[in-house]
Amino acid sequence: MGVDMHDFLPLVGVWSEPVKNEVEKGAIRKFAQAIGDDNPLYSNEEAAKKSRYGRLVAPPTFSRTFDYGRIPNLVLPTAGLIHGEQSYVFHRPILAGDVLYASQALVDVKERSGKLGRMIILLFSYKVENEAGDLVQTATSTIIYRPEGGNSHD
Amino acid sequence: MTKGMRFGVGDRLAPLTKPPVTRTQLVMYAGASGDFNPIHTVESFAQEAGLGGVIAHGMLTMAFVGQMLTDLFGESGELSTFGIRFIDMVRPDDIITCEGVVTEVEEAPNGQIVTCDVWATKAPGDVKVVQGTARFRIFA
Repeated sequence: MGVDMHDFLPLVGVWSEPVKNEVEKGAIRKFAQAIGDDNPLYSNEEAAKKSRYGRLVAPPTFSRTFDYGRIPNLVLPTAGLIHGEQSYVFHRPILAGDVLYASQALVDVKERSGKLGRMIILLFSYKVENEAGDLVQTATSTIIYRPEGGNSHD
Repeated sequence: MTKGMRFGVGDRLAPLTKPPVTRTQLVMYAGASGDFNPIHTVESFAQEAGLGGVIAHGMLTMAFVGQMLTDLFGESGELSTFGIRFIDMVRPDDIITCEGVVTEVEEAPNGQIVTCDVWATKAPGDVKVVQGTARFRIFA
């Protein structure tokens, strides 16, 4: 496919336009159901109201559901991607009814050759802010791309 | 959920064993998360991709580890950081057990800041499918 790290380098540091994400109760419930977590704070409004949060709370990895916008000119292959790492820094809880702004950028690119062939390692950064502009959450993902093939497991 | 819980270095976190992963769950997670990569839901696609069948989203296993953490402290704590490295594939029928151990404790004016190693396996003592670290605050 002839893709190499130089295809990605010009895009490093370019952030997407922040996208408005409204945190819906139903989306929190469906996510909690999918991961099989019956924590009442995620699904029971009465329990959530009595908690110090006052509203339904989103599970730690819920921000996976957000739209982070498009990084201009970034074209990712559809096959051969492996999710290598994921990490979060939590600044504020995410609660039902929150209106949040999410954006992303490619922040680093590396290329390595190993036993499994050539790997392009992409580091993405994600930012979630509230309407007041306060940081709610930041995250990073390491995505490994093997241009010459190999199993993808995300 | 206990008020005034305290941790010490070397403490084991209460493990969480999840029910077997199902194909329906992978479809539900795809819908809930918006990750519709067919390697997680379409058997023929996953076979052709050389995966030997559908595999779970790595983020689903990370969510399991997240549940172990939030079950642990409930409303008496809050996650500060959580990072995971994806090591091995998880498939339908796999039974995932999440575990952790405290590596660092910092006393804070209103409680503790606890750092721990966390991981998940398909069977006790088996190879880790994910591994990482988490830091959480416990309110006194």
